[in-house]
Amino acid sequence: MPRTSHWILRRLSHLDGILLLLVLLLLGISLAVVASASGQSPARITGHLINMGLALGVMVVIANIPPHLLSKVGPPLYVAGVVLLIGVALFGEIRNGSRRWLNLGFMAFQPSELLKLALPLMLAWYFQRNEGLLRAKHFLAGAILLLVPFLLILRQPDLGTALMIGASGFYLLFFAGLPWKVILGGGVLGGAALPVMWGLMHDYQQRRVLTLLDPSSDPLGAGYHIIQSTIAIGSGGLFGKGWMQGTQTQLDFIPERTTDFVFAVFGEEFGYVGAIFLVGLYLAIVVRGLVIAARAPTLFGRLMAATLSLNLFTYAFVNMGMVSGILPVVGVPLPLMSYGGTALITLLLGMGIVMSVATHRQLNKT
Amino acid sequence: MRLATPLKNLDRELARFHGRLKVGAAFVALLAAALLARAFYLQIMQQEHYIERAESNRISLVPAAPHRGLILDRNGRILAENYSAYTLELTRAQTGNLDATLAEVGKLVEITPGQLRRFRRLLSESHEFETVPLKSKLTDEEVAILAAHRYRLPGVEVKARLFRNYQAGPGMAHVLGFIGRINDRDLKQLRETGREQNYRGSVHIGKTGLEQSYETLLHGRTGFDQMETDASGRAVRMLSRIPPVPGKDLRLHLDVELQAVAEHAFGDYLGGLVALDPNTGGVLALVSKPGFDPNLFVDGIDPETWKSLNESPERPMVNRVLRGIYPPGSTIKPLMALAGLELGVRKASDSIDDPGYFSLPNSRHRFRDWKAGGHGMVDLRKSISQSCDTYYYKLAVDMGIDRMHDYLAQFGLGEKTGIDLEGESSGLLPSREWKQRRWKQPWYPGETVIAGIGQGYHLTTPLQLAVATAMLANGGRRIEPRLVQAVRDPLAHTWQSIPGRERGRLAITPEHLDVVREGMMDVLRPGGTAAASAAGASYTSAGKTGTAQVVGIKQGARYDASRLARQHRDHALFIAYAPAENPTIVVAVMVENGGSGSGTAAPVARAVFDYYLTGKRPGSMQLEADLAAD
Repeated sequence: MPRTSHWILRRLSHLDGILLLLVLLLLGISLAVVASASGQSPARITGHLINMGLALGVMVVIANIPPHLLSKVGPPLYVAGVVLLIGVALFGEIRNGSRRWLNLGFMAFQPSELLKLALPLMLAWYFQRNEGLLRAKHFLAGAILLLVPFLLILRQPDLGTALMIGASGFYLLFFAGLPWKVILGGGVLGGAALPVMWGLMHDYQQRRVLTLLDPSSDPLGAGYHIIQSTIAIGSGGLFGKGWMQGTQTQLDFIPERTTDFVFAVFGEEFGYVGAIFLVGLYLAIVVRGLVIAARAPTLFGRLMAATLSLNLFTYAFVNMGMVSGILPVVGVPLPLMSYGGTALITLLLGMGIVMSVATHRQLNKT
Repeated sequence: MRLATPLKNLDRELARFHGRLKVGAAFVALLAAALLARAFYLQIMQQEHYIERAESNRISLVPAAPHRGLILDRNGRILAENYSAYTLELTRAQTGNLDATLAEVGKLVEITPGQLRRFRRLLSESHEFETVPLKSKLTDEEVAILAAHRYRLPGVEVKARLFRNYQAGPGMAHVLGFIGRINDRDLKQLRETGREQNYRGSVHIGKTGLEQSYETLLHGRTGFDQMETDASGRAVRMLSRIPPVPGKDLRLHLDVELQAVAEHAFGDYLGGLVALDPNTGGVLALVSKPGFDPNLFVDGIDPETWKSLNESPERPMVNRVLRGIYPPGSTIKPLMALAGLELGVRKASDSIDDPGYFSLPNSRHRFRDWKAGGHGMVDLRKSISQSCDTYYYKLAVDMGIDRMHDYLAQFGLGEKTGIDLEGESSGLLPSREWKQRRWKQPWYPGETVIAGIGQGYHLTTPLQLAVATAMLANGGRRIEPRLVQAVRDPLAHTWQSIPGRERGRLAITPEHLDVVREGMMDVLRPGGTAAASAAGASYTSAGKTGTAQVVGIKQGARYDASRLARQHRDHALFIAYAPAENPTIVVAVMVENGGSGSGTAAPVARAVFDYYLTGKRPGSMQLEADLAAD
């Protein structure tokens, strides 16, 4: 027994205390909000707890794997991901008008989920290999590694996921030192390409952008989600209506309120004070991640910690922005808050990587 | 150099990385600020707006229609009441293929062609999300069949609705009027008068008759249930309730029995009768024959039936008492006589020698008396009892049209009486000024002559004649006819009476009035023009006969052109009151194409007086009642 507990303690010592505390706080809030949003459905709460347990377990496991081993997973995972994306393009199942799913017989699987971690891992591995020698050609190669999955996912079409994965790749290139002139030049080019992009967008994507600009133009259709969620948030006021007291939530006016629109429930029941606290928690996670990145001994560790932290906040921003009506409705869950196993496991897997970087200080030269 | 580069690069890259971390942190801070600014806008600045919207999401007002007030006769007999029945209703927006749905429904319950036509007409007047009745008063069996098949008939509903039943039949249709479905025009009017909210739960509104004129009282106030509803519109719980306030019940002066007696007394004739209480103005009976079945209109009339009613040459939809305008003929003579006395143009003892005609000075034209050869020596009293035309030709000329107009105007001729029903005609009391305005012509002396016997331009409604007669009966009080005598709040159970209203009092020298009244009593005494109709009465009465020429009178011709070719007989008129000494009832009768007032109109008045004063029904009616009782 003492040996077992010793072993457990050693495994747990690879967790970052501050990050763990922040994650647990968010998960606690999530449990309360999902309980309220689901009308205290025992199935939902139990499912949520199981997902949390699984995800936390994954996090502990990953945190115990040294970064240099993790980096080696990058290339095979990336290649596998891209191959699966090509497979989706060729044999994927069409659901709701887009080809995103791969039927594995026992389960339907979205390979784009895989890329959320595989792309940063791949890029970080690549830049680590060329540490100290980084030149334009490496960034060019990085950009190609980014664009291949990005375009494949865009074709599905899944604009939201493509942009999120593109963002994670971009963050990594940025932290690796992508020259400012390239960033600014790209920004200008991108701006100029917007009209072209608009033309290439699918009807439903254009409609989403349009209803964002004027939700009332389609109050019963696409605008309904945004209208109801902004009403929920706005009516929460400074202190909120109280846990399980939100009328928009309890009377089913908020759609998908345990998953993508969980922030509307939170905003309605906990008000502006709650929103400040929640955003503060996400900021704290980012700051902690960036501190870990600053202290990380390897380029791989630095890039991964910084990118994953920023990425988590980007997800949070896009979700809350969409629910409060300043960004289009793209199916992005709120990190660590929304109900849903896959997203939770992916996120805590990422946190596990950050913790691994934080707790494996010694340089393991390869 | 080459070896040193990676190491130098490492330091540079690290420094650059730390710089990039700061940029990243700043970027994140910016995003966080944007989120919190948005949340601030929604939750602090716009909080009230969104709270309001959340509340209106959550709370829905379900209107609860009030019960419509009842209408009772003077003895408390119910004339208009409510009943609840199941109706089959369709909502166009939900039915999909309408014809297929109708065919399907037709297989389950019988739908008559009339119901189908009515449905189509209502449909064309409604918005597609409104429910439109297809068939009302479903039997229990039909309700059960429809309920069992409802699942495959979207947009088809069975609803419990309140209806109005007019059990008094066609005879009361012109008094009660009817309610009908609220149409676009009603809705517009409700909106303009700010009453729209009060009709949110209502399907019907008063369209004519008392149902229309007392709509506000009868309707009551709509209540509202404040329900908390979820996103799918399902009521979760009731938050509060403002109960509906039922409409007021109306009690009439009118006696349905008397009404039935009067209607029966017309026999096969058409026409109109109104009986007033000369002291209060209360309308004791108001008959316009033919009537119609008001129940046809309650849930929408089918177009064929409507067409036949509207285009019938008998004009059943026209209330003859209020809207039928006829020359008053000889019924104007008592008023003319009074005018002569009051204006000092005649004394009661003044007599003329009637040769059977009258001529204006310097004119060869003879205005003929109805009695060839004349009445001999005629004084004022005899001029009334014998209805001597010559006497009034001369009187009119001596009085002049201006004084005649001004005096008769005080009896309300040519003016709406102000009865509590809408659509009253004002008739026409001719004057020099009117002729100039209307025809751009001067007044001719010959026109004064015939105006003296109530012909020419004169047009009066039976109701106006009744009010003028009431003034003779009550000594000059110009009463306003009233159908409703009291109003009851159904919750309070106490009747609140509506006092009678007077338009004014005309001071009449008592001796002058007595002479005129005596003349009118003579009419019903042996030797008078209508003596036969008063024979054997246990009370005294006073009256005056008259005839309204149908041929040769423009205004009259326009009223009933279709009958002119067939029916050339005059309309018979009779005005009367009883008992003569202390009048409690006044009647004005108009029998269409009845010929002479004494022959057809006076017996109708007799029947009304008999029943009202002694409780005696006409023999033939008593027989019918006995047969019905057996």
